[in-house]
Amino acid sequence: MPVFLDHAATTPCRPVALQALNDALEQLGNPSSVHGHGQNTRAILEDARDQVAHAVGANRSEVVFTSGGTEANNQAIKGIYWAQNRKNNARKVIVTAATEHHALLDPIDWLVEHEGAEVINIAVGISGMVDLADLEQVLASRSEEIALVSLMWVNNETGVITNIGRVTELAKRFGIPVHSDGIAAIGHVPVDFAESGLTAMSISGHKVGAPIGVGALVVARDFSPVSLLHGGGQERGLRSGTMNYPLAASLGAACQEAVSDRVERQSRLQGLRDHIETEILRAIPSAVVTAQDADRVEHNAHLIFPGTQSDNLLFLLDQEGVSVSAGSACQAGVLGASHVLVAMGHSEELASACLRITLGHTTTTSDAERLIEAIIKIHPGALVASQSSQSAN
Amino acid sequence: MKVLAAMSGGVDSAVAAARLVDEGHEVVGVHLALSRMPGTLRTGSRGCCTIEDSMDAQRAAKKLGIPFYVWDFSERFKIDVVDDFVAEYQAGRTPNPCMRCNERIKFAALLERALALGFDAVGTGHYASITKDEEGNLELHRSLAMAKDQSYVLGVLTQEQLSHALFPLGATASKDLVRKEASERGLTVANKPDSYDICFIPEGDTREWLRDFVPSSPGKIVDQQGTELGEHDGHVGFTIGQRKGLRLGRPAADGKPRYVLEIRPKTAEVVVGPEAALQITQLSGERYSWCGRAPKRPEEFFDCEVQVRAHGDTVPAQAAVVEGELVIKLKEPLYGVAPGQTAVIYLGTRVLGQTTIDQTTSAEVAVV
Repeated sequence: MPVFLDHAATTPCRPVALQALNDALEQLGNPSSVHGHGQNTRAILEDARDQVAHAVGANRSEVVFTSGGTEANNQAIKGIYWAQNRKNNARKVIVTAATEHHALLDPIDWLVEHEGAEVINIAVGISGMVDLADLEQVLASRSEEIALVSLMWVNNETGVITNIGRVTELAKRFGIPVHSDGIAAIGHVPVDFAESGLTAMSISGHKVGAPIGVGALVVARDFSPVSLLHGGGQERGLRSGTMNYPLAASLGAACQEAVSDRVERQSRLQGLRDHIETEILRAIPSAVVTAQDADRVEHNAHLIFPGTQSDNLLFLLDQEGVSVSAGSACQAGVLGASHVLVAMGHSEELASACLRITLGHTTTTSDAERLIEAIIKIHPGALVASQSSQSAN
Repeated sequence: MKVLAAMSGGVDSAVAAARLVDEGHEVVGVHLALSRMPGTLRTGSRGCCTIEDSMDAQRAAKKLGIPFYVWDFSERFKIDVVDDFVAEYQAGRTPNPCMRCNERIKFAALLERALALGFDAVGTGHYASITKDEEGNLELHRSLAMAKDQSYVLGVLTQEQLSHALFPLGATASKDLVRKEASERGLTVANKPDSYDICFIPEGDTREWLRDFVPSSPGKIVDQQGTELGEHDGHVGFTIGQRKGLRLGRPAADGKPRYVLEIRPKTAEVVVGPEAALQITQLSGERYSWCGRAPKRPEEFFDCEVQVRAHGDTVPAQAAVVEGELVIKLKEPLYGVAPGQTAVIYLGTRVLGQTTIDQTTSAEVAVV
């Protein structure tokens, strides 16, 4: 069996999530229907909403189910921007960081291109941490023009944690709403939406052990974003369309379990992660742990192997039966330099020479050992192959 | 053997990969991303750099049960093929980018990387055959499917490159058979149209495409004596032997059509003349190579045939290396051969070697 250490890409469906999905699929009824069938599936949906709300410290009415993280981010960015803009059309500035996921950066780019928005990227250092002093300065100098701040809770590539409480504290001084992409945070760090001071937070199901195709946007009760979709007005009018109670049930079950087993799992995975990093650095002294000094999630090992290329590393590891990842690939399948590492100030060369190893709820000690063995084995070949494909003529 | 099957997303490379699997090799499919904008969709005929092609290749690999990867060679392709193509036109020559791609990408950059990653060979869907002579030397031959024969564009391969190349389609009698086989194997690319044009020129209009890259100056159209006959709005993109699009007002003295004989980039002059002046009797070039075993005494003229276009006819000739140049004397004249083109020399079906043409000699006047 190949070793799967790419849990940040997607993590195996938890048995409770699969069970909840199957049970719900056996029930008939449109949750919006008045009759008994509808009431039955509506109850499944609302139970799921309770579970998600409870898992992230939100009020049940704040949970809006979506098709996944990308939709949640789009709804948050565009919906909050439009709402702010309607109140005061001078508010055209979106504050974020270049280390965010494309599902967040691209909706912002779209607003810049089509609606005259302006984006300010907060400085991110080589540590991978967002510079909160820079954020404070930007907030103070442009407070009347800023529509929203959006900063991710945990970076999906490097695993670096942002102090969201501090971000909202700063933004609150100027009355500016804050959204956070919490996709890599749920089930990995303590998340309490009410305490966080956030206006909105995105969740994705398949990163916590639910199937692909479901997520949620948590939206504070005192804020009404403009909706992307129009139709039956379901989900607070923010997500028209027949409500997907089977996937919602699955998301609820997965969130609940991922949050309740978090402390034990993350502490176990930290042991494995530290072992992986130590052994790789011992065998390959040129390797560098990305953002080593930052506050990082325990299941993420992000490493740079100078002189190699990510695609060669991934190819050779795949041949050894080890699945890990690097930056993101384009639609045609070409692996580019990691925009996150570039934003942190690394060269294109180093940003194309990295591996992201992410452990998860099914990871075993033997998985970690096989990974270490495989990386040590393939590293010399990756160096040679990368030299041959880099030298022109 | 561990074989890398280069999969363009077309039917030929898919069937080639399938045959490699059947032969018992450990096969991995690799699609080469060559475009600087790998995410773009193309309209018109198929190229080698699109999402569809990458997906088609991936689907075929899945059908064959082999692993599949996309490798990015866009930077090398830009430098070694596209920039070279532009520079050659800029210098008034007519390059063959497919040849450069085989020489520098598929059987150089890709092969090197494949060998470094533990592969023994690269297999492609080219129509050509590799055989061994009695002493075990490798020889490149024309494919059985003469209409599809691609030995010409592989003429740049050396013995070393041939030793790591596999062309499983060489012994197939026609492309129809390959399509039929693809269909029988359940490969969805079975009916994908052939590609003829240059993959990085989506519209197929080389002259129009070059406009964006090469400053092309308007200039004079002159005859061999230097008399001005007309004007053109840019010298780039004219091809030796071209007759159409000259827009010359006056007819020639002899009333016969005139053809482009020479392009002079420095002065932006396009020289035209009668068809007879296009008759080339000798070719030479210093960028030559032997494909497989070299002739025993290359400095002595030997009989051969020469081909100067991918799908052109051959003419009988004699060739030898003279003062560092491969000189090819034609026994029958060739028309409209341009510097920059590649002359591939054959002995029967065997590819013996090639040279990029630096100089052509017509019966009338030498064209440098």
